[in-house]
Amino acid sequence: MAELVQLLFAGLTTGAVYALVALGFTLIFQASEVVNFAQGEFVMLGGMVTVFAMKAGLPLPLSALLAVLVAVATGVLLHRLAIEPAKGATVVTLIIVTIGASILVRGLAQILFDKQFHALPAFTGDEPLRVLGAAILPQSLWVLGGAAAIVFGLWLFMERTLLGKAVRATAANRLAAELVGIDTRLVLALAFAVSAAIGAVGGILVTPITLTSYAVGTLLALKGFAAAMLGGIGNPVGAVAGGLFLGLLEAFAAGWISSTYKDGVAFLVILLVLFLMPQGLFGRRAVERV
Amino acid sequence: MSPGTRTKIAVLGVLLLVLLLVPILLPSAFHLRVAALVWINATAALGLALLMGQAGQVSLGHAGFMGIGAYATALGPKHLGLDPLASMALGTLAAGLLALLVGRPILRLKGHYLAVATLGLGILVHLVIVSEVPITGGPDGIQVPRLEFLGWRLVGPELWYGITGTVLLLAAWLALNLEDSATGRALRALHDSEIAASVVGVDVARHKLVVFVIAAVYAAIAGGLFALFNRFVTPDVAGFLRSIELVTMVVIGGMGSIAGAIVGAALLTVLPQALTLFHEYEHAVLGFLIILFMVFLRQGIVPGLAGLLARRRLA
Repeated sequence: MAELVQLLFAGLTTGAVYALVALGFTLIFQASEVVNFAQGEFVMLGGMVTVFAMKAGLPLPLSALLAVLVAVATGVLLHRLAIEPAKGATVVTLIIVTIGASILVRGLAQILFDKQFHALPAFTGDEPLRVLGAAILPQSLWVLGGAAAIVFGLWLFMERTLLGKAVRATAANRLAAELVGIDTRLVLALAFAVSAAIGAVGGILVTPITLTSYAVGTLLALKGFAAAMLGGIGNPVGAVAGGLFLGLLEAFAAGWISSTYKDGVAFLVILLVLFLMPQGLFGRRAVERV
Repeated sequence: MSPGTRTKIAVLGVLLLVLLLVPILLPSAFHLRVAALVWINATAALGLALLMGQAGQVSLGHAGFMGIGAYATALGPKHLGLDPLASMALGTLAAGLLALLVGRPILRLKGHYLAVATLGLGILVHLVIVSEVPITGGPDGIQVPRLEFLGWRLVGPELWYGITGTVLLLAAWLALNLEDSATGRALRALHDSEIAASVVGVDVARHKLVVFVIAAVYAAIAGGLFALFNRFVTPDVAGFLRSIELVTMVVIGGMGSIAGAIVGAALLTVLPQALTLFHEYEHAVLGFLIILFMVFLRQGIVPGLAGLLARRRLA
C-alpha cells in the first residue's frame, strides 16, 4: 500500500508537469495549428532564470516572476520573429522552425547561464509528509496544487472572459473570427504568451524536486507532445489527462519494471495507443472530405 | 529523351563532377574526411527525401535506423566474431525488417500522429543503445574494428572518400530511377491525395511501406559506413537531434528534390565543422540558421534556385 501511494504521488507530480507542457502545446495548436517543439524550453527558462535570479540575490517570488516574464517575452518573440513570418508554410516546415527555435534558446541558455545542474530550495521545507506509510515531499503538493490552479484559471479565462472567447473563436475558424472583428494576430501572440507562462510556472514548481539545466527542455517537449497526442491533439482536457496518465505510467514502470526503460515505456505505450486508436484517447475521428 | 532521363543524367553528371573535383581542389586529409561525412549523411538524407518528398510522409526518428546500421557494424565483430562488412549487411537487413514490421501500422497515421509515432520509434532505439551498457558500451560509445578486404586494410581518407562517394553515387542513381518509375509516380500520386490515388488503383498502403523500407535501408547503410569510417560510434548517431538534422537536410535542400537532399546534407555537415571556431555558439547559430532558412527560403535551396533561374530565363 505504501509503495502504491508513493508511486502514485511520484507519477502525479511528473504527470502534472507533462500536463502543463501538453496544455501549452494544445493552446498554441488550437490557435495556430503549429506544434511548438520549443515548449520544453519555456519550462527550462522558468527553472533556470529563477535559479540565477536567486543567485543574484533576489527573493524567490520576485525571481519566479522575472522567470515567467522572460519566458513570456521569449514566447512572444518566437511568434513574432519565427512563426508569423513563416505563415502558410507546411506542417513539417513549421515543426522544423520551432525545433530550430528550441535549439537556439537552448544554445543561448548554455552561453548565458552554464552547463551545470541547479536546484531551487523547496518552497515550504523538505520535511516529507507521511500519507498511508508513504513519504510525500511538500513540494509535490505545490506542483499538483499549482497545476490544478493553472488548469482551473485557464478554464475560467477561456469560458468566462471576452478575450478567452476570442481565442476559442480563432481556434474554431480564423477567417470567421476576423470577420466579426477579432484581432487574430493579438490572439495568436496571446496564445504563445500564455503557453510560455504556463510552461515557466511548471518549471519553477518542479525544479526543487527534479533539478534543472539548460538541456532539460528537449525530453520535456517530446513527452509533452506525446501526452498531447495521447489525449488527441487540440483537446485541453485530453492534454491534462494524457499528461497525468503518462506520468503515472512512467512512475509505475520505473517502480515495477525497470527504471532504465522508464522513458521508453511511455513511448512504447504511445505507439500502441496510436496503432489501436489512431486519433488518440480523446480525439474525434477525422473524416476527410473529397 | 524523356524529361525524367534528362534530370537523371544532369543530377548524376553534376554529382560525379563534384565527387571528382573535391579531391583536386581540397586535397587535405581534413577536407577529405569532412567530404566523406557529407557523402555519408547525404546517403541517409536521400532515403528520407524519397519518404518525405516523394511520398509526403514524415519521419522524426530516422536516425534510429542509422543507429541500427552503425551499431550492428560495431557489435557483430565484437560479440559474434563476424566480419564488419557482413555485420553491416545484417544491420541493414535488420533495419529493413524493422521498417517492414512497424511500417504498416505507423504509416496508417497522418500528420502530427505520424510525427510522434516515428519520433517514439527513434527514441526507443536510442534508449536501447544507451541502456544496454554490457552489449553496446552505453553512452560512452564503442570502437569499431578496421575493415579488411582480401587481406587489405582499408584505411586513409582518400580511400574512404572514394568508398563513400561511390555509395552515394549508387544511392542517387537508384533514387532517381525510383522517382522515374511506376512506383515513383504512385508515390507522388498518394502524396497529392491518398483517396484520389487509391481510386485510380494505387495500392496506397503497400507503396508507403515500400518507400519506408527503402528509406530505412538507406539510413542503415549510411550508419554502417559511418561506423566503419569513423571507427567509433556513440549513441548520438541514433539520437533525436540527429533525426532532426536529417529532416532539416531534406527540407533545407528542398523537399522532393534528390539533388536538394545532397545539398542540404552538405550544408548541415560542413556548417558545424566551420562553426567549431565559435564552439560555444555552435548550437545558437545552428538554431538561428535553421529558422532563417525555413522562413525565407521555404521551398528549399535547390527548388528555390531553380525557380529563380527559370524566372530569369523568362524575363
